[in-house]
Amino acid sequence: MSTTASVRLRGLCKRFGAVRAVERVDLELHPGEIHAILGENGAGKSTLMCLLAGLYAADAGTTEIDGRPVTLRSPRDAMAAGVGMVHQHFMLVPTLTVWENVLLGAERIPTLLRPGRAAAEVQAAADRLGLIVNARALVGDLGVARQQRVEILRVLTRGASVMILDEPTAVLSPDESEALFRSLEVLRGEGTTIALITHKLEEVRRWAQRVTVMRRGRAVASFERPGRLSAEELASAMVGEAVSLEVDRSEREAGGPRLELRGLAAASDRGLTAVDGVDLQVRAGEILGLAGVAGNGQVELMEAVAGLRPPRGGAVLLDGEDVSALSARRRAERGLRYIPEDRTATGTAPSLSVLENLCLRRYRDPPCRRGPWIHLEAMDRRCRAQIDALQIATAGPGQAVRLLSGGNLQKVILARELSPAPAVLLALHPTRGLDARATRKARQLLLDARDDGAAVLLWSEDLEELLALSDRVAVIVAGRITHTVDHDTAELATVGRWMTGGGDAA
Amino acid sequence: MRLELRPRLRTSTGGTLAASALSVLVALALGGVLLAAAGVSPLAAFRAIFTASLFGGAYALSDTTVKATPLLICGLGCALAFRARLWNVGAEGQLLLGAWAATGVASFWLPPGTPAPLMLLSMGLAAMAAGGAWAGVCGALRATLQVNEIISTLMLVYVAQKLINYFVFGAWSEGGFPLTPVFPEAAWLPRLSDLAPRFPGMAGLTAHLGIVVGVLLCVAMWLLLRRSVWGFELRVLGDSERAARYIGLRVERRMLTTMALSGALAGLAGMLEVAGVVHRLQDRFSPGYGFVAIAVAWLARLDPWGVLLGAFLFAALLVGAKEVQPGGISMMLQGVVMLTVVAGDFLLRYRIVRVDGDASKEEAGLG
Amino acid sequence: MASGPLTFLENLLAAGVARGTPLSFATLGEVFAERAGVLNLGVEGMMLLGAAAGFGLAHHTGSLILGLLGAMAASALLSLLHAGVTVTLAGDQVVSGLGLGFFGAGLASVLGAGLVGVPGPRLPAFEIGGLCSIPLLGPALFSQNLIVYIGFLALPLAWLYLHRTRMGLKLRAVGESPSAADSQGISVARVRYAHVAAGGALAGIAGASLSLAITPGWVDGMTSGQGWIAVGLVIFGGWEPVRAALGAYLFGAIRRLPLDLQGVQSLPLFRNPNLGYFLDMLPYLFTVAVLVVAGATRLRRRMGAPAALGKAFIRGERGR
Repeated sequence: MSTTASVRLRGLCKRFGAVRAVERVDLELHPGEIHAILGENGAGKSTLMCLLAGLYAADAGTTEIDGRPVTLRSPRDAMAAGVGMVHQHFMLVPTLTVWENVLLGAERIPTLLRPGRAAAEVQAAADRLGLIVNARALVGDLGVARQQRVEILRVLTRGASVMILDEPTAVLSPDESEALFRSLEVLRGEGTTIALITHKLEEVRRWAQRVTVMRRGRAVASFERPGRLSAEELASAMVGEAVSLEVDRSEREAGGPRLELRGLAAASDRGLTAVDGVDLQVRAGEILGLAGVAGNGQVELMEAVAGLRPPRGGAVLLDGEDVSALSARRRAERGLRYIPEDRTATGTAPSLSVLENLCLRRYRDPPCRRGPWIHLEAMDRRCRAQIDALQIATAGPGQAVRLLSGGNLQKVILARELSPAPAVLLALHPTRGLDARATRKARQLLLDARDDGAAVLLWSEDLEELLALSDRVAVIVAGRITHTVDHDTAELATVGRWMTGGGDAA
Repeated sequence: MRLELRPRLRTSTGGTLAASALSVLVALALGGVLLAAAGVSPLAAFRAIFTASLFGGAYALSDTTVKATPLLICGLGCALAFRARLWNVGAEGQLLLGAWAATGVASFWLPPGTPAPLMLLSMGLAAMAAGGAWAGVCGALRATLQVNEIISTLMLVYVAQKLINYFVFGAWSEGGFPLTPVFPEAAWLPRLSDLAPRFPGMAGLTAHLGIVVGVLLCVAMWLLLRRSVWGFELRVLGDSERAARYIGLRVERRMLTTMALSGALAGLAGMLEVAGVVHRLQDRFSPGYGFVAIAVAWLARLDPWGVLLGAFLFAALLVGAKEVQPGGISMMLQGVVMLTVVAGDFLLRYRIVRVDGDASKEEAGLG
Repeated sequence: MASGPLTFLENLLAAGVARGTPLSFATLGEVFAERAGVLNLGVEGMMLLGAAAGFGLAHHTGSLILGLLGAMAASALLSLLHAGVTVTLAGDQVVSGLGLGFFGAGLASVLGAGLVGVPGPRLPAFEIGGLCSIPLLGPALFSQNLIVYIGFLALPLAWLYLHRTRMGLKLRAVGESPSAADSQGISVARVRYAHVAAGGALAGIAGASLSLAITPGWVDGMTSGQGWIAVGLVIFGGWEPVRAALGAYLFGAIRRLPLDLQGVQSLPLFRNPNLGYFLDMLPYLFTVAVLVVAGATRLRRRMGAPAALGKAFIRGERGR
């Protein structure tokens, strides 16, 4: 391990309005090392690295790269200083090819483009770095893992000596994550400085040489060789209190099936088959977790069940009643609730107030409605109670929802969808973007709904969370259910292998 | 030291009104600059405009009211559609269709002896049906095929103009002039001058019943948008189509009905104009009311009462524009108003904040 | 002289290409603006302004070059207003464009007030050597006004610009994913300003080509909706310059059709004097039909709008 720091951050501060995202953070990164930035959601790790990558301008503090002080006001500045960032939500243009996207980040784009030559050059660079990707493909046609490789390729061809990765394994299967880290090891050997933003403890313990823990915008702890520490120790540093990683899930007898899918088929937006004849049963008082790599039909499945996507075939039964022909509203009236993936434009109406959003499912019923007239203020007290119960950070029920942070938006959606108690609950990434306390609360709410007899169908990209919460796990690959296991027999590695279509070999 | 944009956390109605008022003032100021550049004295021009339209006694006010009526009703229609993010910019065409249908009922399709209430009611309904259908088609195309409603409604304006030309110059033309026969008495909207025998002061005042209809529609629209289930759902749709689908709204149907309703209002405006002012269908009876109504709706920030105010303001400009040469100035002013209103929106949504070094000093952009 | 139908077709094509030229310029301009993500609905106003300014300047100075340049400059400057409001102030693009259109139309009316019925200079028309004797296509393509030839050149140049230059790459990136472009150090604002201005300039040329060549002179409202058809053509062409411009020429022919058909006396239908009104509706109905077809075919997926069209871009807004 090197002792000379390649990146030195001192006293960095960044505020968004009244929120202190990063508060007086000191950090040192060394070449040839993977330095993990660990923290729960909202701790400020992304913001801190965005400061280093020039996406935000720091309010205070100094940055030194290779001993020279630099001012990073724009991505251009950062790139000139040799810093490149691979974002969690890829900064790629889907309608352009791989080589065009890589070229976009080049230091000097030639005035006249020669597709043949440019594509060949990019392909050569990719092959040399061991990144399997086709330079002439349209980025929009690529799977997530390959798109990530394009991001990495772009950063490296720019000559970055410091590479920041923001939650890179969030969208990868366990196998793809392995492949990524092996590539990172190669880079590490070449002397690249690597900063890894993550909230996954196992990653930190396995791959990082150093870790800095962030909490509420501050760097609260720093460790060398985090592999020596236990997961609990790291988690406690993240949360600031002794934490148990166990989810409080009690064993329960499941009742009869409340949600039944018989041969359900649905198409994707592009018209291709996304759900390919799914048979599924979710019983009362049970959480069924869908395990699958993103893009294997989970979203389409949920939408088809919710009534938001017309099915190509098959049937959906709710409490024994065939609702396949019913609209989304009718299904909601029968107790179907849906926590969507997109919380900014689907799960909430951004310009409407918190009160109005909390009432979106019940504005047609008394006391909100009297004949053709609507009177949402009648719900004011109940909404305030919900705001308090979930600790939604808002200026009041009248505030426009678009000004809330992602985590608080999710709380609004959860508050709305979970009361009155649903019969069937569809949940997509329910804890994404929530801090530890809110995550625990959300998980508790899901378990409470289940204990109250709801049938819960859950898809979470966090495989650990999925396995911890679910009573049963169904693996979905290419729109079909390939394996189903109980909670007790489900193992992370095995399920991970099934998710990528691997066989049952031990 | 740097300037940064911070989103405002709250938007008060007071702030919104202030922003609109400010926009109007800025627009008038810019208009003054334009007039000066055209060699006309701004002060004299503005005085002439406002005397002719608002402050010149009963005649002026009556003339302005006459022009404000179609602007008001069309504006309400536009505001309704805009709330759902349906850009009905073809209100002019729907207005023309409404006038056409009303003319048909008055002069050709109902017997001339029909009593006034029945005649006027039929004309109104026909006009609303025609305007509603004209806009409804575009709404349906938008809902089912994602056809851009801006283009489709606009193209239909030109089609409507050609259609009117056909009837006015051809099929319904009286004596080869670009006019249809005068409506029977029963199809004339009552106007203030009808009261002249009893109130001599009313002689010559052409303000007609249409304004009453307009104000009533204002009230109805306010109730609909603020206090009704339908209005709430419309606001959700206008805010986010995906959220509207998510809660189970039949988005396609809403788009259709909203556009149709918007067109119906524009059609009604057309009927009131021909029944209340010229009492026949004639060439160029509308100086572009449907287009000006767009500016009115936007200035009013889609609020019904704002539309009422805005309609009178723009009507004043239209009446007074005759006093100002050259003629294109009023259209320029309309454009300036729209631009300043959109620009003013910026100050409503963001504050400009000065950030120095370690601490950030907050300096408000607009209170 | 060739026989009836051939002459009819030749005239139709020649006139169609001529009429299609202003539409083509305007359409190309709007393609650039929309590719950057900015919807500019003021094209009609910009065209009118270009027509009036171009004609007026050429008339007063006697120089056609000045007329053309003046038209470009006037419309480009004015469209910068729209850019300022929508890019820097993140204002609503629809209303801003409409306002711009009103303003431009009004300004054109003011500028052109003294120019109605005034004769003015005209851009030169000439034939190109032997090519113009090719039957049918010859007169259409090679016996035209200078501005039409310039219009022909604009198509391949526009394509090359969009698909084979650095600026074109940046343009495509900005319109599709401004945050991605921004993260690579591209100034989204600069790209948008530049292309909105370019769109304005092209609309100005479009207008000037009308008043200085195709229908010489100035008449209030002389563009009669072509600016709006241009916006529709952009959609029809799938935001691709060549396809959109070809659509413009097609439309030129369609707009010409009523005039030519009325001369055809052979069918009784065509002798009805009232037919003119309905034929005049054709271009507008056709625009709608074209949009319907574009919507109905799933080609929409492949020739889709730039993803960021109509939305303002602000960096640093707390993304979720």
